[in-house]
Amino acid sequence: MSGAVLLSTHGLTKRFDGLTAVEDVDFDLPAGEVRALIGPNGAGKTTLVGMICGRIAPSAGRIVFDGQDITALPAHARIRRGMAYTFQITSVFPRLSVRENVALAARRRIKGRAAVDRAVGAALERVGLPERPDEEAGNLSYGHQRLLELAMGLVQAPRLLILDEPTQGLSEGEVERVKALIEELRGDTTILLIEHNMRVVMDLADRVTVLNFGRVLAEGTPAEIHADAAVQAAYLGTG
Amino acid sequence: MSADTRRIFALHGGLLVLLFALHFVLPAYHHGNLARIMVLASYAIGYNILFGYTGLLSLGHALFFAAGMYGMALSIQYGGVTPAPALLAGIAAGAVVSGALALLALRTTGVAFMIVTLMFAQAGYLTILYFGDYTRGDEGFVLQAAQRTLWGIDLSDPANRYVAALILFAVCLMASLWLVRAPFGRVLVAIRENEERVTMLGYNAFAHKLGAMVVSGTISAAAGAAYGLLFGYAGATFASVQYSIFPLLWVLLGGAGTVLGPFIGTLFMFYLIDLSSGLTTAYMLIAGVALVALTLFAPQGLAGELRRRVWKGLP
Ligand SMILES: Nc1ncnc2c1ncn2[C@@H]1O[C@H](COP(=O)(O)OP(=O)(O)O)[C@@H](O)[C@H]1O
Ligand SMILES: [Mg+2]
Repeated sequence: MSGAVLLSTHGLTKRFDGLTAVEDVDFDLPAGEVRALIGPNGAGKTTLVGMICGRIAPSAGRIVFDGQDITALPAHARIRRGMAYTFQITSVFPRLSVRENVALAARRRIKGRAAVDRAVGAALERVGLPERPDEEAGNLSYGHQRLLELAMGLVQAPRLLILDEPTQGLSEGEVERVKALIEELRGDTTILLIEHNMRVVMDLADRVTVLNFGRVLAEGTPAEIHADAAVQAAYLGTG
Repeated sequence: MSADTRRIFALHGGLLVLLFALHFVLPAYHHGNLARIMVLASYAIGYNILFGYTGLLSLGHALFFAAGMYGMALSIQYGGVTPAPALLAGIAAGAVVSGALALLALRTTGVAFMIVTLMFAQAGYLTILYFGDYTRGDEGFVLQAAQRTLWGIDLSDPANRYVAALILFAVCLMASLWLVRAPFGRVLVAIRENEERVTMLGYNAFAHKLGAMVVSGTISAAAGAAYGLLFGYAGATFASVQYSIFPLLWVLLGGAGTVLGPFIGTLFMFYLIDLSSGLTTAYMLIAGVALVALTLFAPQGLAGELRRRVWKGLP
């Protein structure tokens, strides 16, 4: 499973005015791995993946994707190289239909109306949102908007899928579905998963990276992380 | 072709057929008005691509309208060319000017974008006044009937003029309908709704906005060139700020982000002013009240209300 390194960061740092949100992070992600990124609220997880996919400009450091330095590339060019990002704070197109939301994600890769329709239908089916594709996305419940985000990520058939807390606000059944989906993608798609639900992390992740105060605190298999005293302290320390 | 697509073509094609039929039945006064409205509505269609569909509020479209008008009129007056290459010159001028302005103005957003477009359009207006020896400034200059014969067709003749205006309008309407249903146009709408998300789907938002502004400016220039040619006159008024505000009002009234909205808004506003000025000298007051009422009761414009209440699939 662990192939060549698909993504790595070198000394990646982000400072917001006085606050250092991410500090000197060296991070390697082998192709095909499901990696969980965990850490207390405010640890810098969203900021770290934001720098990886180009939403946030780093203060220092480099990012290498598929053997090429992408630090200077704008976000859209990184996405075109095979990254997909699902937002923690859902960011769909609220006044466009569910179908059109996914179609926008699909059309960059897939040409032709019929082929796009098929891909959209399949993606909605996979995340469990096949009913009411003509509904405006803004009218969906919060959980369904998260599933829509996921469908928009999937339909891009990315090499690296970055999921920022995909199970937040989902019902038990929906969490199970998302887990099954990630299982299905395992091997074909490299996944970087930010997740608070430890059960999901333990069940899915090949390896876990723990971030605390913007630094990498620990890295290892789920079992190793579970047993790590420093990690326990970090979580207990912030309640 | 899906049922929705058939209905869409029936509706928009139906309007064009109706306008052609009106050519044979309208009395001279309204016939002349409608020719003018169709050209101005083409201008509004161009404006709507940028404002209604892409969500960028420009206050400088008179620059593009005037670029088309003067590009056409100056090449006839001083270049001695015939109307066909003159029209092309006007359209090309609009494409170049809108591309250049886009490269500057798209570095900004929101209010700054409005101000930058307004300033450049004002600079264009002053440039026309500055070269008054050639442009004749506010007074403008007339193109003689002999200079306005296109492929042997005299465009100063009202019947020919109506048909020419209808052809321009039909091309603009159908181009805009095609554009907003095509993948490129869908990305423009998505930019209007949530630009960051568009970027994170792998689209170059800047390139799409640049494209939108050039298409918008070029259509506006085509309308300006046609206006000058069909009505035989070019003047600096058409480059002034009110000609940047007009398409905004027409599009807001008719329905921003709808294909038919620009025509409906232009028609409505034209006759609102025409009818109220027949009744009273305070006609601007009547027009103003009607506009306020519309913003209160149909905030999405006439075609926008139609979409909201009757047919959600209206493009
Ligand atoms: N745009 C910003 N401006 C200033 N501070 C920010 C910004 N974004 C995040 N932060 C701060 O950076 C820290 C890390 O935030 P974030 O990456 O969202 O954490 P996480 O996703 O791990 O909860 C937090 O203290 C947060 O307040
Ligand atoms: Mg976060």
